[in-house]
Amino acid sequence: MTLEYLQNYWWMLISVLGGILVFLLFVQGGQSMLLGTSSKERRDLIINSMGRKWELTFTTLVTFGGAFFASFPLFYSTSFGGAYWLWILILFSFIVQAVSYEYRNKAGNVYGTKTYDTFLFINGCVGCILLGVAVSMFFFGAQFTVSRGNLLDPGSPVISQWASSHGFEAIFNWKNLILGVAVLFLARMQGALYMMNNITDDPDFFNILKNKALVNGGIFVVFFLWFLAMLCTATGYTVTTNPDYSLNVVETPFKYFHNFTHLWWAGLTLLIGVVAVLFGLLKSCFSNHWTKGIWFTGIGTFLAVISLFWVAGYNDTAFYPSLLDPASSLSIRNASSSEFTLKAMSYVSIVIPFVLAYIAYVWKSMDKKKLTPEELETTTHKY
Amino acid sequence: MNDLMTVVDWSRWQFALTAIYHWLFVPLTLGLSLIVAVMESIYLKTKSEKWLAATKFWMTLFGINFAIGVATGLILEFEFGTNWSNYSWFVGDIFGAPLAIEGLVAFFMEATFVAVMFFGWGKVSPRFHLASTWLTWLGASISALWILVANAWMQYPVGMVFDPAQMRNVMDDFWALFSGIAVNKYMHAVFSGWALSGVFVIGVSCWILYKKRNIPFALRSIKVGGWIGLAGLLLTMWTGDGSAVEVTKHQPMKLAAMEGLYHGSVSQGIVAAGIVNPDKTWDNDEDEYIFDIEIPYGLSILAKHDPYAFVPGIADIVNGIDINENGDTVNTVSYAERIRLGKLSHEALRAYDIARASHDEKGMEKAAADLKTYYPYFGYGYFESVDEAIPPVAVTFYAFRVMVILGSYFLLFFIVALFAAYRTDWLQRHKWLQWAAVISIPFMWLCSEAGWMVAEVGRQPWTVQDLLPTKAAISEISSASVITTFWMFAVIFTVLLVAEVSIMLKQINKNSQKNLETDNAH
Repeated sequence: MTLEYLQNYWWMLISVLGGILVFLLFVQGGQSMLLGTSSKERRDLIINSMGRKWELTFTTLVTFGGAFFASFPLFYSTSFGGAYWLWILILFSFIVQAVSYEYRNKAGNVYGTKTYDTFLFINGCVGCILLGVAVSMFFFGAQFTVSRGNLLDPGSPVISQWASSHGFEAIFNWKNLILGVAVLFLARMQGALYMMNNITDDPDFFNILKNKALVNGGIFVVFFLWFLAMLCTATGYTVTTNPDYSLNVVETPFKYFHNFTHLWWAGLTLLIGVVAVLFGLLKSCFSNHWTKGIWFTGIGTFLAVISLFWVAGYNDTAFYPSLLDPASSLSIRNASSSEFTLKAMSYVSIVIPFVLAYIAYVWKSMDKKKLTPEELETTTHKY
Repeated sequence: MNDLMTVVDWSRWQFALTAIYHWLFVPLTLGLSLIVAVMESIYLKTKSEKWLAATKFWMTLFGINFAIGVATGLILEFEFGTNWSNYSWFVGDIFGAPLAIEGLVAFFMEATFVAVMFFGWGKVSPRFHLASTWLTWLGASISALWILVANAWMQYPVGMVFDPAQMRNVMDDFWALFSGIAVNKYMHAVFSGWALSGVFVIGVSCWILYKKRNIPFALRSIKVGGWIGLAGLLLTMWTGDGSAVEVTKHQPMKLAAMEGLYHGSVSQGIVAAGIVNPDKTWDNDEDEYIFDIEIPYGLSILAKHDPYAFVPGIADIVNGIDINENGDTVNTVSYAERIRLGKLSHEALRAYDIARASHDEKGMEKAAADLKTYYPYFGYGYFESVDEAIPPVAVTFYAFRVMVILGSYFLLFFIVALFAAYRTDWLQRHKWLQWAAVISIPFMWLCSEAGWMVAEVGRQPWTVQDLLPTKAAISEISSASVITTFWMFAVIFTVLLVAEVSIMLKQINKNSQKNLETDNAH
């Protein structure tokens, strides 16, 4: 295993984790529907349907962060320390989510059910949009510089320096927000499709969810196509890394479009992903009782996201372009961990199929019996 | 420079705040998951509904605590990036690996099976449910392993070399991460979680006894909690002793700060109780303590398992004085010299960088050789004076005493609780014992947090021992941003803690009445 092979392998794993994370954001999508649902029984159904999966989304986010830290520490150092407010707001929205399921319906929760439902709504909306903004920066860049020599300056020792607004400039960049909004409506569509699959014995609610899936799916498609158009026409950086870890950077018009065509398998994966999402959405909305849509849109989402990560990082592309100093951009070559660490971590990654297998087994076992309004009356542990 | 130090201080406070809150919840998760698993195992063996009720009672409290523990844990992981970005680059090649493995191997296990534990009743077989409960405990314990391996590595950095071309450390021995410090730290933290949960279960059960709600349930819980708590506490004490020996070897300054000791001696006593003199510094002649009660030979035994051993004080270490087992003076690199050598290592790295930029192979070779010589003192190069390299003595001193004194009290607590649990009339007659158990609950948390204060305050000013001081580990953010986020976290954590405690109290009240009905029905 060469260093280059290991860097490619770990970017692949990051892509897979990113794909799984965006799929699992259906939990946030479901939460974002809470405030538009007036019936308490249905709010309880949404919460208890989503609440049995929230830990998986949360854990995937933690693992995504940990894997990035271990495999591409310069990204972790640059992005988290630089786009400070972007990440802090994401984290903040996840703090309030974690407790809200458990606390909302319990006696003595001090602030009332509505407060916790509002927390879940905030996490549902803000979490999705800001994660979309964070991913968008892989393509549209950020305002930072990296200078390792700073380490020897006791007065200002930080190697990654950022523009003064520390992440706010990324949040208010309309290009980033387009992907953020697309992720939000994707999550909402998937949340509706998941509940169509997970909740039974409430046909009216099923039809409401179907309408929500269609409307949110429609908005998602518009924003996603907008994002894709911007992406394919965007100028990216083609980079080569010198032995001393400095970068040669060439600004390349239509870089990501070239990547989709050059890495044909990435383009094909995106295409299959988009088709799967559209199939899952349309069949769910135009058939009377079909509930399997979430699996098609889920797999489609996963494929589309990993293909986006591939074109962000492969084919000598800077996956974190610096708008202030192109030579400070991050690529999977100059931002990665050492060969030793990547190799050690690769042995550990052998457990991933086993982890996925037991998650799938538990998921299947738990969802064998669908959630019903009656179950919420009788269960001993209810959110 | 002033703004830099403001950012450093507030970043420290923010991390400390998050860690303190996180550690309010984690030890209860570690221990209560075990107690619940044991109770469910008994239920499955006996098929007694009483044990099922007990399992569900404690499982509910576990769930309330688990959620907020997860939330604060997420923040800790990401704060390494948001507030300590230089650290993330400088040692991310080593430090990131355990965090990633934690997520992959442990956290997924915990998160997946905790859902079965809560919602799987009637949906999966009883055996699968029990397995899920045990796997939740196992996942939490393995999760703690990786986090504490990472923490221990910061205190005793091994298994890596410095790469001057990238100006960072890279791993060269994965298994070295499992050092003696790491093993002791892991066991010490996890077993202390068992002890804390034992105190919690006994305290809550005694309140139920006091209310005369459900005596058989309370006594059952005291027995399970008592045995697990006692085992946990004894193992905590054993590993604490191991930790002291490791600290002596690798962080002698921390040990000296724990004791408030400036001038060591052979057959060094330990201060059982005392007040440190705030005017004392390493280079003045003030007394070390305003008042102290000393146990002869105590510190020599604790540090080196030898009543006649020499234990150095802060001034000794600063002046480079230690005495080995043969009575020889060793460790002769004074702190002033370390600072000089540290600055030479910076110079060497700078020279390497310049030589590299001009493709001067010979210059690079020479600079690399110099750097290798001076690198063990790299972190000292950031200091201007020796004073910067000394940890806050008073906080470390008092926290150590709080931990040890309360730890000793809780040994007595468990012995009495177990004795009482098997003499039911005796416990029910002595109301004051029930109250003592209830009042003891917050003191166990104080004991546990004090332990972390010793570990983390005592190792200051280092994020990575001898290599990276806290002030060089930070992110380039404004002090206003860090101050704002500190208060944001302080408010939200406090708001959520208030809710957690309130919900716990209500659940204990409500569910202990439910359990009464269950017991009466049988």
